[in-house]
Amino acid sequence: MKSLLKFITCGSVDDGKSTLIGHMLYEAKLLFADQERALELDSRLGSRGGKIDYSLLLDGLLAEREQGITIDVAYRYFTTDHRSFIVADTPGHEEYTRNMAVGASFADLAVILVDATKGIITQTKRHTRICALMGIKHLVLAVNKMDLVGFDTDKFDAIKEEFARITTEFQFESIQVIPVSATEGDNITTKSPNTPWYKGLALLPYLENVEVHASDDVKPFMMPIQRVCRPDHTFRGFQGQIEAGSIAVGDELITLPSHEKAKVKRILVTDQDRNSAHAGQPVTIQLDREVDVSRGCVFTKDNQLQEADGFSSTILWMDDSVLTPGKDVLVKVGTKILPGTVTAIKHKIDINTGNTVTADQLVKNELATCEISLSDGIVFDSFEKNKSIGGFILIDRVTNMTSACGVIEEALQSSDREDRNDSEVTRDVRAQQKGQQPLTIWLSGQTDNTALAKEVEKRLVARGYHTMLVDNSLGESVRQLAGYARLLNDAGLLALVPAGSTNGNDQAIAQEIIGQAFLPIEAGASIEEAAKEIVKRVVKALIPDSYSI
Amino acid sequence: MDNLMLDSIDATTHLDQLEAEAIYIIREVAAECENPVMLYSIGKDSSVMLHLALKAFYPEKPPFPFLHIDTTWKFKEMTEFRDRKAEELGIKMLVHSNQEGIEQGINPFDHGSAYTDIMKTQALKQGLDKYGFTAAFGGGRRDEEKSRAKERIFSFRNKNHAWDPKNQRPEMWKLFNTRINKGESIRVFPISNWTEKDIWQYIRRENIDIVPLYFAKERPVVNRDGQMIMVDDERMKLQPGEKVEMAKMRFRTLGCYPLTGGAASEADTLDAIIEETLGAVSSERTTRVIDQEEAGSMERRKREGYF
Repeated sequence: MKSLLKFITCGSVDDGKSTLIGHMLYEAKLLFADQERALELDSRLGSRGGKIDYSLLLDGLLAEREQGITIDVAYRYFTTDHRSFIVADTPGHEEYTRNMAVGASFADLAVILVDATKGIITQTKRHTRICALMGIKHLVLAVNKMDLVGFDTDKFDAIKEEFARITTEFQFESIQVIPVSATEGDNITTKSPNTPWYKGLALLPYLENVEVHASDDVKPFMMPIQRVCRPDHTFRGFQGQIEAGSIAVGDELITLPSHEKAKVKRILVTDQDRNSAHAGQPVTIQLDREVDVSRGCVFTKDNQLQEADGFSSTILWMDDSVLTPGKDVLVKVGTKILPGTVTAIKHKIDINTGNTVTADQLVKNELATCEISLSDGIVFDSFEKNKSIGGFILIDRVTNMTSACGVIEEALQSSDREDRNDSEVTRDVRAQQKGQQPLTIWLSGQTDNTALAKEVEKRLVARGYHTMLVDNSLGESVRQLAGYARLLNDAGLLALVPAGSTNGNDQAIAQEIIGQAFLPIEAGASIEEAAKEIVKRVVKALIPDSYSI
Repeated sequence: MDNLMLDSIDATTHLDQLEAEAIYIIREVAAECENPVMLYSIGKDSSVMLHLALKAFYPEKPPFPFLHIDTTWKFKEMTEFRDRKAEELGIKMLVHSNQEGIEQGINPFDHGSAYTDIMKTQALKQGLDKYGFTAAFGGGRRDEEKSRAKERIFSFRNKNHAWDPKNQRPEMWKLFNTRINKGESIRVFPISNWTEKDIWQYIRRENIDIVPLYFAKERPVVNRDGQMIMVDDERMKLQPGEKVEMAKMRFRTLGCYPLTGGAASEADTLDAIIEETLGAVSSERTTRVIDQEEAGSMERRKREGYF
């Protein structure tokens, strides 16, 4: 039987990716006749003045036809006598980097295009880094538009050399550099007479022969549980896909995180009984005893996996919003999904140089090393060892967008973590977590305005703010009250202080202790109206730029 | 254990990989989505989807119902097949039609693209809303049509069931994001990465029951715009000069009989069909009248909520 190769094409806007794949399909006679007719028809309106515009085969979305660029990942399927292929054509433009990462996450190999007239550019480096991050082990560098540089071998060698230099920091298993012309067809399906100095295979034959599947079967057995199958009280099976290694009836398993041992009683590969099963197969496993296992748990044979409630990782931020430390998210690792917090951005990684840069926030398409803490322990492995439980996504808890993807580097012991370390988690981090600015609402003017403070607090809570009322019934000093308020502000809260009849000097003391979060308010007569007025002022104070009252 | 039982040491094939991917997706939806449904169109892709759902949960029955959007213009053999399979397999089959459309006499002869919108797109939205389904499996494949080639496996829909191709959620590795807010839903395409050829080879390998209309047989047809339209019942409106003739023919896709063109064929076995498909000179959607409109029509329709 034929094997399957999943690959992507990437490069910058004008490198001719769509043209390359379109030409490969066309040349290899892999198109249905009516698609071919439609292509020739479409080309009359295309950009090549009646000559076939191969890119029209792939640029399917209306916006893309209008703008002449590839926005999203397009998947194409073709089969030759040697192999079945799925190719994802990914957008080259910087704005759509996240879509490129989508394509890369699915592929075993990447064909990166460079324009021979321009050489390696910033985007080539970025795409190489994304391919490495997403776990691609095999690269082809297609040096395109060789016809425009007169098939100059020096130009080609210079590009090849520079590419070798920029890929040394990654662990790619194979890299092939091929001189091509996507529009003219050199070295696409057959060796070109224009490049006698190139000794390797043309692109398609290379893709038909390259070996990409390191044997997953020889790794230790590992399977994340997708669901528990309970058709009736007599049957309880655990369903999932074996991600590494193999398992046989009679083998002893370890369940994680419950750490129980049990023997395999029965294996169903889909609906068929089997004596054994291996990586890649969907199975239902019955055990010889009751175990505490549900979705998100993991089966192993010799437990070499890690467990922790936090990890360090490299992430690609993909959301339009800005990421700052303290961001609450949902984290999905394998089949487990649970709440977590991005506790720290350790540093940004410059996509061109790989250099680290300190950063306190991330914007879309930026890479960074981050620490993430979780509401509970999870079972995982480093991405290098086990892609399926070493990669993760972050989901925004409000918009539900997939905001980031990342790869786990190592477990963080609770004591290492920044959220347990007072010197690192600042007032800003805690406030960010609550989505607000800390503030002390210092109410003065009446002998006892506790009732008013309570009313204001009620209204602020109703608006979604996190508050705390300072009890002033025991006759604390101004310094004590201000100290409490400051502590509450450090916790990220809005502190309400019914300060009573404090004078101007008292306020100066309080202001000094509380700092810029201090908001003194002289309360009016009627509680109802005063409360309304105060909430208005508080809300105004919380809107950035109107902070200094 | 029975010693004759096979060890699955044989190399994983292309079809095994596609099957495993689909089963993984179907199980993820069952585990994470609140109220899923599998859309069932009675065609060969639906037969494969149903088969995959049965295999994914075995020995349990699929833990969700199936929904057929009945335009009332399906081939008779299709509805018979649907009812027989549901009964045989003991699965829950829901059928929904747009009653307003029926009352207004909307039909494929007089109403053109409005028919597709009212009896398919609107009916589908009604059906999904009626039962409050939060996730719907569809049998769409990326090799069928250009805009489908770019759609995610988990395709997010807003409250109006609309698709926004420019703002799709990134889909990384196998980490599918099933989170939605109230009123929103997800369309899930487990066989996104299958081609028509894969479908046929899988049907043969798994011995999957399909509607007999796929096999060549003498049928009453009229020739319309170069395609054979089957005269399935007395509602068929003939155009001037059209004559009903018997011809040995078969269908590559199935839909509403007045809109589904068949082709002359001798292929009356699975092997013959595969033989014909492998050497196919036209991709299957050319026989669906709906796709013969200008480029981009399918994308527009999908944005409006068509599956």
